[in-house]
Amino acid sequence: MLALFLLGALAMGAIIALIVFAVLGGSTVDIIDIVTDQYVWRIIRFTLWQAALSTVLSAVLAIPVGFLLFENKYFYGRELLLRLFAIPLVLPQIVAVLAIVSLYGNQGFVTQALEGAGLPVGTIYGLSGILIAHVFFNMPLIARVVLGALNAMPSEYERLSHQLDMGAMQRLRHICWPYMRPALFNASALVFMLCVTSFTVVLTLGGGPRATTLEVGIYQALTFDFDIPRAVVLTAMQLALTAFAVFMFARAGGNIDAGMTLERTRPLIIKRDIRQTVLSVVVLGLAALFVASPFIAIFVKGIAADLLKLIGQPAVQNAILTSFVLGALAASLCIIVTLALCEGAVRKGPMQGIYSHAASLVLVVPPIVIAAGWFILLRPFVIVYEAAPYLVVCVNAAMALPFAMRFVLPARQAAAQRHDRLCAQLGLYGFNKWRLVLLPTMIKPLSVGFAFAFALSLGDLGVIALFGSEKVQTLPFLILQRMGSYRTNDAAGLALMLCIFTLGILMLADRSSISLKGKK
Amino acid sequence: MRKSILLIILLSGAAISHAQAKDVTVYTYESFTAEWGPGPQVEKAFEAKCGCDVTFVSAADGVALLNRLRLEGENTDADLILGIDQNLIAEAKDEGFFAPHGMDIEAGLVPVEWNDDTFVPYDYGYFAIVYDTQKIETPPSSMEEFLNGDASNKIAIQDPRTSTPGLGLMLWIKKLYGDDAPEAYAKLSDRILTITPGWSEAYGLFTDGEAPMVLSYTTSPAYHMIAEDNDRYQAAAFSEGHYMQIEVAGLTKKGAENPQAKEFLSFVVSPAFQDIIPETNWMLPAAPMSKPLNPVFDELVQPKTALLYSSEEVALKRKDWVDEWLDVMSR
Repeated sequence: MLALFLLGALAMGAIIALIVFAVLGGSTVDIIDIVTDQYVWRIIRFTLWQAALSTVLSAVLAIPVGFLLFENKYFYGRELLLRLFAIPLVLPQIVAVLAIVSLYGNQGFVTQALEGAGLPVGTIYGLSGILIAHVFFNMPLIARVVLGALNAMPSEYERLSHQLDMGAMQRLRHICWPYMRPALFNASALVFMLCVTSFTVVLTLGGGPRATTLEVGIYQALTFDFDIPRAVVLTAMQLALTAFAVFMFARAGGNIDAGMTLERTRPLIIKRDIRQTVLSVVVLGLAALFVASPFIAIFVKGIAADLLKLIGQPAVQNAILTSFVLGALAASLCIIVTLALCEGAVRKGPMQGIYSHAASLVLVVPPIVIAAGWFILLRPFVIVYEAAPYLVVCVNAAMALPFAMRFVLPARQAAAQRHDRLCAQLGLYGFNKWRLVLLPTMIKPLSVGFAFAFALSLGDLGVIALFGSEKVQTLPFLILQRMGSYRTNDAAGLALMLCIFTLGILMLADRSSISLKGKK
Repeated sequence: MRKSILLIILLSGAAISHAQAKDVTVYTYESFTAEWGPGPQVEKAFEAKCGCDVTFVSAADGVALLNRLRLEGENTDADLILGIDQNLIAEAKDEGFFAPHGMDIEAGLVPVEWNDDTFVPYDYGYFAIVYDTQKIETPPSSMEEFLNGDASNKIAIQDPRTSTPGLGLMLWIKKLYGDDAPEAYAKLSDRILTITPGWSEAYGLFTDGEAPMVLSYTTSPAYHMIAEDNDRYQAAAFSEGHYMQIEVAGLTKKGAENPQAKEFLSFVVSPAFQDIIPETNWMLPAAPMSKPLNPVFDELVQPKTALLYSSEEVALKRKDWVDEWLDVMSR
């Protein structure tokens, strides 16, 4: 309850502060004027259209990828692939966009190769570019969430399906789909929100102002126009539209009973069908290539930079340290709040649904609105540049929360259905219940949630801008700063470092979860 | 909820000033305070001169800078702001945060008449189309030629809704074509590879080889020639003239009571400051330097005509002009 309240305060506090500021400043707003503005409706139409398309495409592609990752539990490079899937979230959008352009742009590697082979290739600038970029950012996320849900399925089910000699299609339809569906729609709701608020991707790859999202309108209102009432009204519209969409997604996803499991099944020995093996290789191979190729582009550009010189610079060392400290703190805070929200979400009652979904909506409040609102709120009491790190941690934790929730909640729900009654009977509560029952069953999703939260916090720089940034220079901030002053080589080198460090962190998170599990 | 309301009630009453009286707090933009930017050298030079402590506080860009001041209102820590451009001057003055500079501004080196009583220009530059000499042999020699040129040679430009150079290009075309600007935008729209939210995305596309042309500054090639010893990227000289950007500094009302802040403002137009600007901020000096400009700057495009709208006119018409631009570019 407290967690939910704090989260609401973070977003609503900012909005209310802005409203009070605007009213005290004597600004008035003609809401009718904004709501009937042709321009606003045009960008709303485009925002929803591109977000819906991007979400559907990401989700449809994530189904086979997630399912086949579940089916093929042991192959060379699987762990690396799974870690790679978390990295698109870390990259500053500008870095990802330039990497995608270097592959699919007019002079891009893939485009040139296809044209060389005599195939007609359209331009990336337009809806196609937006979709490619959004699938790159989001398909891996949905696939990971779906995989997480499948891992929470009792392994007896899978064993039984093999004993019954079900084919892959039958297993997907009858055994896995019921477990995938809630996770799929849940992740899709999240992806829909991310696409609604897309900014750099939509403007740069959209080719022109035909491709404008509400987020751009809000940014415009709060920067060049400094029209706070307009920004608030547009934010409210964005919140309302997205809340409705998220509600629909949640309805469509439904729920699934966790089922009983002994959790002691040995690995299966499965006779593989050759067709399925070929299919797996092709699908996973293509997915791996699609997600990995922008990183290869970043790698190629990055090693051209003078990495040793870069890492010798005090500014770079500071930024790395700052990024990691802020990322670790934000991810830890995020996991704590996630666990609190999960407790609320498994407790029966009228609030149950709110816990799992309301948290997500914080994503739809633009960082610039949160930053401006909190700036007004905090300024009279503290020195804002000194408050900046704390705010960054809080906001990043809040932004990462919807991601972590999607990994942790299915496992917590499963644990609740399987163990809560027994625990109650045994009088096992609080810390001991956590230590003995929940932690061992949830350690894997918790570590994945932590890793994603960490990755997300490393990459985010939405709220730093307003607060004066001398003290909080993160690695992504440094990348943007160097790009903004002709130093593209440095930026490429730093982007490569960011990727490598993140991979390292994800590896550590995986390791520690394994060693913790070993202690059980 | 109750907590927020409490905060707001407290907010309306409380006001605490944090900076110490003797020191100077300057709000500026990020690339000014970057380690390779002018900030560190300026700080050192001025601190040695006045024996006080200079603190730079940076916002993302000139627009964010002004907005930060608007959010802070009367209680700002800033003694000076350094880094808004001439387009924002009228809006900034309307807010009433600034005090007259009270200085005699020499005609200086800025090629337009300057009689603003509040803001002091510290550097300036011209927008220009920068092209890749390996891809374009004969660059367009006028805006007209560029707009009617080979549509396969695309340009990356910035969005006037979110970016200062983007606004600059729009004003440039508006200044040249006036009421015929919509037709010019329509031609421009055929030349565009994409419109990016900021300068960095467009310039990144350009240096990655995706676009052979980009909207930037006449001084951009100087960076590549001096810092990278690379003359591959050059600016195209347009016969109609180039639109200007003048960056200015001004005293806040708080700063007007701080003698050190006044001293800083006169320092800004002194040779010690101006010497630092060209090769750190990559703009042209607005006042005399103590040493000759790096000869590379003489090789740059020297526009014959400097184009500029008054800041009052921009403040008044910017929204309508952006809507006009949007209307054509969204077709």
